[in-house]
Amino acid sequence: MRVELDLPKCVASGQCVMAAPDVFDQRDEDGVAILLQEQPDDELLDEVREAVAICPAAAIRLVEQ
Amino acid sequence: MTDALSCPVTGAAAPLPEYPLPRAAECPLAPAPTTQALRAEKPITKVRIWNGTTPWLITRHADQRALLPDPRVSDDDLDPGFPYVNAHRAEIAPVTPRLITNTDAPEHTRLRRTVNGPFVVKRIEKMRAPIQKIVDELIDAMLAGPNPTDLLKAFAFPLPSLVIAELLGVPYEDHDFFQHNSGVVLDGAVAPEVARKASGDLAAYLDNLLTKKATEPGEDVLTEMAGRVQAGEMSHTEAVHMGVAMLIAGHETTTTMLSLGTLAFLQHPDQLALLRATEDPKVIANAVDEVLRYLSIVQTGVRRVARDDIEIGDVVIRKGDGMIFDLHAANWDPEVFPEAERLDITRPARIHQAFGYGPHQCLGQNLARLELQVAYGTLYRRIPTLRLAADVADLEFDHTGTTYGVRGLPVAW
Repeated sequence: MRVELDLPKCVASGQCVMAAPDVFDQRDEDGVAILLQEQPDDELLDEVREAVAICPAAAIRLVEQ
Repeated sequence: MTDALSCPVTGAAAPLPEYPLPRAAECPLAPAPTTQALRAEKPITKVRIWNGTTPWLITRHADQRALLPDPRVSDDDLDPGFPYVNAHRAEIAPVTPRLITNTDAPEHTRLRRTVNGPFVVKRIEKMRAPIQKIVDELIDAMLAGPNPTDLLKAFAFPLPSLVIAELLGVPYEDHDFFQHNSGVVLDGAVAPEVARKASGDLAAYLDNLLTKKATEPGEDVLTEMAGRVQAGEMSHTEAVHMGVAMLIAGHETTTTMLSLGTLAFLQHPDQLALLRATEDPKVIANAVDEVLRYLSIVQTGVRRVARDDIEIGDVVIRKGDGMIFDLHAANWDPEVFPEAERLDITRPARIHQAFGYGPHQCLGQNLARLELQVAYGTLYRRIPTLRLAADVADLEFDHTGTTYGVRGLPVAW
C-alpha cells in the first residue's frame, strides 16, 4: 500500500500526525503535512486509515500498489 | 432524572421547520427531537431561518462528509444566498476583512497556513505542562473555597481564558474584559449594536497590544503575528481580526465543554468511573472525543452557500442556495454511532464532526482536545466525590448563543 498526500489541499490541521505519528509530520512554520513514509509497514496501516478518515481536507489517499 | 434513552426522537416536522430547532426540556443534552426525526426521514431538507430565507438543512454524517470538503460548497459570506446565523453576522459581513472564516480555497488555504503555526501538534503538546499547572492551581483554589460552588466560575470559565491568554500573550489583568466582551459577541439574543460595540472594543484592545508586541516581543501568538505583519505576509487589520477570532473561539466553547462535559459525566456515573480508573492517555483522549461527539455544542450549525449546482442523493442544491450542517444531528447518526444516545467512552469516537469537517474544521481543535484531556483527566480524580448540587431541571441553559451552554453548574464534594 502506498500513501498519497495532496499537498495543495492540505489545511495543516495536524489530524494525520495525531492518528499516525510514524507516518506523518508537520512543517514547523505552517503545519503543512510531511509524509515520512510513503510505503508504511502493515502494522501502521490501521493508523493511516484513521488519518485518511479524519483528514478534514480529504487530502490523504491509501492506494493499492 | 430522565435517562437519555427515553428522550424523544420524533417530533411532528412542519413542512418548513424554523431553524434552529428547540431541544426537549427534559433532555437538555440531546439534539432537538425534530432534527433527529429529519435525519431519519428527510436528511436534506429546507428550513426557515430568522430572516425568512429557506436554506437546506443537512443532518446525516455521510452527507456532511461528502459536502463540507466539496469545492462547490462555499464559505463566502458576501454571497447573497449565504444563510447568516443572525442579524449581527449579516450586518458585519460586508465590513469584515477576508479571513479563514469567510474565504474558500485557494485564498483560504493561504490564510490558514499563515495562522496555523501555533496550532501545530508538536507545539500544542508543549503546552501540556503549563495547562496541567493551571488546572492544578484552579482545583487547589476550588478545594480551598466554598463548598458547594459554581463549577463554571471556579473552573470552566477561568481555565480556557488563562490558556488562550498564555497562547496569545494577553495579560491576565485584562481577562474579565475579554470574558465579558466575547460573551456579548456570541450571544445571539443581544441587539446588533451591542454586539458591534463589544467586538469593536476587543479589536481596539488587540490592535494596541499587537503594536506593543512589535517593540516588546514575547513568546506568544500575537508576537508571531506582529512579525508576519512586519514581513508583509498579513495586514495589521487581518492580524487584529484573527486575534479576536481566536479569543472568542477559544473561550466559550471550551468553557462549555468543561461545564456540560462534567454534567454529562455526573449523569453517567459508570462512564465517570471508567475515566477515573485510568491514566492511559489514549483512553482519556478517546473519552474527550466521545464527550465532544455527545455534546456537539455548536447549536447554530455550520453555514455555507452553493457556488454551483450540487446533486446529492435525490436532491439538487442549486447555485446560490444556503446550506446548514447540523453537527449534533450528524454526531448522533446511528449509521455511524450505534446507540448514539449513550455516552460510551470506549466507542470509536474520533470520526465525530463536533469541530466541523472540511477545510474550515476548527483551527484550535488540538488545543481544545489537550485542555479537555488535562481537565477531565485531573478534576474527577482529584475530587472523586464531585456531585451536582442542584436538580438538572433547575439549571439554566443557553439556547441563544452560537454554542450551547449552561449559565451555572452548582457542584459539591
